Amino acid sequence: MIMVACAIALAVVAAGMLLNLYRLAAGPDALDRVLALDTMAINAIALVMLLGIWFETHIYFEAALLIAAVGFLATVAFCKYLLRGNVIG
Amino acid sequence: MPAALEIAVTVLILAGAFFMFVGSYGLAKLPDMMRRLHGPTKATTLGVGAILVASMLDALLVTGDLSMHELLIAVFLFLTAPVTANMIAKAYILRNRAERAALPPTGRPAGWATLVRGEVPPVPEGSIRP
Repeated sequence: MIMVACAIALAVVAAGMLLNLYRLAAGPDALDRVLALDTMAINAIALVMLLGIWFETHIYFEAALLIAAVGFLATVAFCKYLLRGNVIG
Repeated sequence: MPAALEIAVTVLILAGAFFMFVGSYGLAKLPDMMRRLHGPTKATTLGVGAILVASMLDALLVTGDLSMHELLIAVFLFLTAPVTANMIAKAYILRNRAERAALPPTGRPAGWATLVRGEVPPVPEGSIRP
C-alpha cells in the first residue's frame, strides 16, 4: 500500500515540477524565475524523501538536507543580486 | 497497530503529494507575481511537512524506532520559507516602478516599511504599536 502511494506521489510531484519548469521558461519577470527555482528545490526535497521511503533507506536524508540548504542560499543570493547587482556587500 | 501505521503513512504521502501539486499549480496558473508567491510558499511547506512526517513514521514501520532526523529538514524549511518569500516580494516591489506606484496609502504617518528610507516618523498617541 505504501509502495503504491509512493509511486502515485512520485508521479504527482514530478508533474508539479513540470509546472515549475513551465513557469521557469515563461515567467515574465526575473523574480518569477527565481520563485520557480525555489519551488523546484522544495519539490526536489519531496522527491528525494519519497525515494527514501521507496527504497526503505535512510541515506537519502542527507541529500534532502543539502538541497534544502543550497536552495535557500541560492534564492537569497539571486534576490540580493537582482536588487543590488552583487551578492555580498 | 502496523496496519494503522501503514494507513497513516499512505494518507500522509498522498496528502503531501496533493499539496505539493497544488503549490506548483498555483505557481503556474495565478495571474501576477504577488499572487503567484502565495501558492508555493504555503502549499509546499505543508506538502513537504506531510511527506517528512510520513518518512518518520515509515522508519518506525521498517526499523522499529522513530526517525527524528527529518525534523531537521522540517525546521529548516519552516524557518527559511518566510525569509525567501519576503526577499522575493521585496525584490519584486523594489525592482518594479509600476508596482510601487500602485501600492495603496498606509493610512498612517509611516509609509510602507520596504520603501521608507532613513528616519521613520513618530507613531501618534493611542496607536496599537508602542
